[in-house]
Amino acid sequence: MAATTHIVGLGEAEGVSVPSKLHDWLVTVDHKRLGILYIGTALFFFGVAGILAALMRWQLAYPNSTFLTPEVFNRLFTMHGTTMVFLVGMPFFAGLANYLTPLMIGSRDMAFPRLNAFGYWIFLMGGILLYFSYIAGEGLAGHGTAPDVGWFAYAPLTERAFSRGTSTDYWILSIMLTGIGTTASALNVVVTVISMRCKGMTLARMPLFVWLMLVVSSMVLFILPPLTAAQIMLLLDRYLGAHFFDTQAGGSAILWQHFFWLFGHPEVYVLMLPGFACANEIIPVFSRKPMFGRAAMIGATIAIGMVSSGVWAHHMFTVGMSASSNIYFAVASMVVGIPTGIKIFNWLGTMYGGKIRFDTPMLFCIAFLFQFLIAGLTGVMLAVAPFDWQVTDSYFVVAHFHYVLLGGLLFTLFGAVYYWFPKATGKMLNETLGKWHFWLLVIGFHLTFDTLHFAGILGMPRRIYTYAPGRGWETLNLISSIGVIFQAAGVACLVWNILRTLRKGEPAGNDPWDGWTLEWATTSPPPEYNFAALPEVRSSRPLWDLKHPEDPDWRYE
Amino acid sequence: MTPAIAGGKMDTPKQAGSFEETSLIQQPDWVLPDRGRVGVLCLIVTEFALFSIFVVAYIFYIGKSLTGPTPSQVLELPIWATICLLSSSITVAIAERALKANQIQRFKLWTGATILLGLEFLRNTAVEWRHLIHDFHLTITTNLFGTTFYSLVGLHASHVVIGLSLLLLTFILGLRGSMQGQSRRFELLSWYWHFVDGVWVAVFTVVYVIGR
Amino acid sequence: MDSPARLACILFTTAAFAPGQSVYPIANMFKPEATPADSIYNISMLMLAICAAIFLVVGGLLLFTIVRFRSRKTDNSREPVQVYGSNRIEIAWTVIPVLIVIVLSMATARAVVEVQNKKMPPDALKVTVVGHQWWWEIRYPELGIVTANELHVPQSTLAKPAHTLLKLQSADVAHSFWVGQLSGKVDLIPGITNSMWLDPRRTGIYLGNCAEYCGTQHANMLIRVIVDSPADFENWVAAQKLNASSDPQLEAARSAFLSLNCINCHTVSGTAARGTFGPDLSHLMSRTTLASGMIPNTAENLRAWVKDPQAIKHGNLMPNMQLNPRELDEVVTYLASLK
Repeated sequence: MAATTHIVGLGEAEGVSVPSKLHDWLVTVDHKRLGILYIGTALFFFGVAGILAALMRWQLAYPNSTFLTPEVFNRLFTMHGTTMVFLVGMPFFAGLANYLTPLMIGSRDMAFPRLNAFGYWIFLMGGILLYFSYIAGEGLAGHGTAPDVGWFAYAPLTERAFSRGTSTDYWILSIMLTGIGTTASALNVVVTVISMRCKGMTLARMPLFVWLMLVVSSMVLFILPPLTAAQIMLLLDRYLGAHFFDTQAGGSAILWQHFFWLFGHPEVYVLMLPGFACANEIIPVFSRKPMFGRAAMIGATIAIGMVSSGVWAHHMFTVGMSASSNIYFAVASMVVGIPTGIKIFNWLGTMYGGKIRFDTPMLFCIAFLFQFLIAGLTGVMLAVAPFDWQVTDSYFVVAHFHYVLLGGLLFTLFGAVYYWFPKATGKMLNETLGKWHFWLLVIGFHLTFDTLHFAGILGMPRRIYTYAPGRGWETLNLISSIGVIFQAAGVACLVWNILRTLRKGEPAGNDPWDGWTLEWATTSPPPEYNFAALPEVRSSRPLWDLKHPEDPDWRYE
Repeated sequence: MTPAIAGGKMDTPKQAGSFEETSLIQQPDWVLPDRGRVGVLCLIVTEFALFSIFVVAYIFYIGKSLTGPTPSQVLELPIWATICLLSSSITVAIAERALKANQIQRFKLWTGATILLGLEFLRNTAVEWRHLIHDFHLTITTNLFGTTFYSLVGLHASHVVIGLSLLLLTFILGLRGSMQGQSRRFELLSWYWHFVDGVWVAVFTVVYVIGR
Repeated sequence: MDSPARLACILFTTAAFAPGQSVYPIANMFKPEATPADSIYNISMLMLAICAAIFLVVGGLLLFTIVRFRSRKTDNSREPVQVYGSNRIEIAWTVIPVLIVIVLSMATARAVVEVQNKKMPPDALKVTVVGHQWWWEIRYPELGIVTANELHVPQSTLAKPAHTLLKLQSADVAHSFWVGQLSGKVDLIPGITNSMWLDPRRTGIYLGNCAEYCGTQHANMLIRVIVDSPADFENWVAAQKLNASSDPQLEAARSAFLSLNCINCHTVSGTAARGTFGPDLSHLMSRTTLASGMIPNTAENLRAWVKDPQAIKHGNLMPNMQLNPRELDEVVTYLASLK
């Protein structure tokens, strides 16, 4: 069934010079190459933001530390947050969606390959612009360099009066650029999924990964404009003397918060759902069972997409909204936890009764399940507005969202790397190194973030560059900082694994994990045209049907 | 508890074959929506969200200016401009139909009309703004009304400019004879243009009717 | 921060500073000392119980599943039974969370209303707190008192309940007032007046922080809520109401102070100093700390601060006034007399 002729894969062409290969990568519109560029860039920025975090944790390991000045620290947390959300989370989504969607739906490329390339390069431009601020942001009399207003840049701190120089403008413009790239990717994914599925693949038969990417992309189309609009308004305030957020002229500081969180809350689902998408593919394959309750998973995802747009002000419980507003947002936020919780049950149902293999991708997904359970529960806690009045803007929230994004999203993304790396490169990552990566990360993650929950409960606010001794925070912070060493070691294992495998890794073959979706039906790496003949499917697990012709899925769907 | 299960009786195992062999269904009409249409619809959705935020800001700040001229003092209903812009939706629809029927002359005529109507709309906006700035001293920095007015109307006008540029491009291509068979693409452009006109209806209502 | 100040800080935080008053530096929200914090504590306990139960059940099931259904080397190569779902199970595990959400919602709504819509008795003490970059302006409008950074409130007992109503405003950017043992936090937003209330049960000094990032020295915008017994509170009020002390022996120092630019930013009651950009200094020495809770209010720290505030709290809005040693002496002498 699979093509047996040797396909020229990544950089294997003989006699092709390095400049020529570089040129190929620069002008490519192939979704697989762009996907790899996105993911590679995301991993690079992840390393950078990780270093920023390590510096912060060093500063906070001891009270009254003078390792960093307040100005440097404030830039670090701004850049760390901005990088992780816009330069790591979003490109991971774009990279995975672009790489896998055409393969999973049986098409040759995305709907708009050139738009795809445009999206990547403008995203990269935005990332470079953000970090360029470190060099060029030095504005009026020492104000600058990199932005220092926090990743959500509340007004009026960001107005000209309080943020002199150009550092804030770097934040605004670079995020606008990456936003354009993300919107382009999202549009491309929606059109691809709707218009380019192979014969027989009705929406109901699409892999859950594709479903989630469709929902995420649709969400992006709706939620990114509020951010862009708010940023345009801020630019108008800063440069043309507008008064959108100028409280002296009757403008509203809260309006910024509303617009930002209208974007910001669904954004965290946009970040997390691609992680779910990976888990949806990995968990069934390594449990050797189909997803338990496929329809419910799809329904829950759509529900999350819709309800998440209506809960944004749970980030604003302390700004002075009325009791009824606070109650509405509290209840709505709890409601959105229901479909999310149901997904955990469905994953559990998938594993239950299966034959679970503990290869590295599955290890990461199992840790994800435990950690996301906790993250979801602390999220429900934060939905209880009075509790939030105590712990919002404290390290409890920091711990919560790192549990979601590191413990949840990043673990599934790492699982995805181990799972699909063989497909993309034709080589298997080393399992032993993978397990070292996993365990070091688990230990480090828990050391760092379990403790921070308690720091928040004991009154430690966020975004403070230092703290006095005697507040009950020293030991917790020290342990938290020690965890960074383990996390760094774990990630170093991954980097080493990747470099080593690229050089001389074990060949993977088409289908090393015995999977059921279409990407495993072509070579590793796939040829530029993806499939020799475009497939035709009858169920949501076309390869299961092929491998088990006596008992195909389409009899039961 | 009877979950749906597979794996009951074992049929005679067949050889795992190609996709073509396992496909027993006839699906000759596997037609999915056109890429371009879905794409432009997505673009419209995202632009709609962008405009919505500026409209929300406008409505939020109605009556909240601390100083300066108020809308009722300085704004007049832009009836002529509105007629021009909304008519241009009709002319562009006629142009589209003409292109589909391969009537290039008619296409050029009606595309030209659309462009002229759009330009007249922009000219009107320019005149209005000059009047506001010079005679009433209303700028984006005067007060909240100025801020929200210029940004919302300006955002719309910028989209008109983009639309006009693209229409001009198709007009020039029409002059050069390159628009043959491109009715599908022109249809997509006309959808964008209709959207821009639709936004004007909203802006008109919020700014000139409700806001005054 | 230079080492004398640092040493003082370490000594300070380990000692009970104000005479006879316990310091509560650990703002543990689970040790409430006022009714708003109590309401939050109560709903939090319910919420924690529910979440702990969910965690144990689901986590336990997960653990069970990965142990019981792990693939073993002795397994045959048959795929397990392919189960696609179960309507009954899925409905059950949808209904149960919905019920939990209903219960938690009702309890939450009650707690929200309890705290937010509390009607203050007419004799509640009214305080206006204005947030500045990076200090707190505290006014008692009905008492005619203006101070900074340290909020004195009367203790509330069963015998004599005493509520304090805080009106929260901002002079520049967004801040947030958080003293965990007494109440949840409320933001100070420019252009808006928010409110919160306290009725602390136990005397002592409660530490808190600004909890909304507000710029460079957000970390050092500390709060001290000093809960006084009713008698102590009366004494404090009486002392604060007086004009700043005006010892005739310090005439030279006073004139020096008034002739320097200090008066552009600071107020000293009963003098020509009417500046409002910086904290009111009328009763500076009645405060236990300087620089918004950063350093203890000692003679040495006071001198170091006036000499070069930037060395202690870098980036704060009091510039180094470049005083020569004589001017410095006079200013510090004068300030040290403002009890």
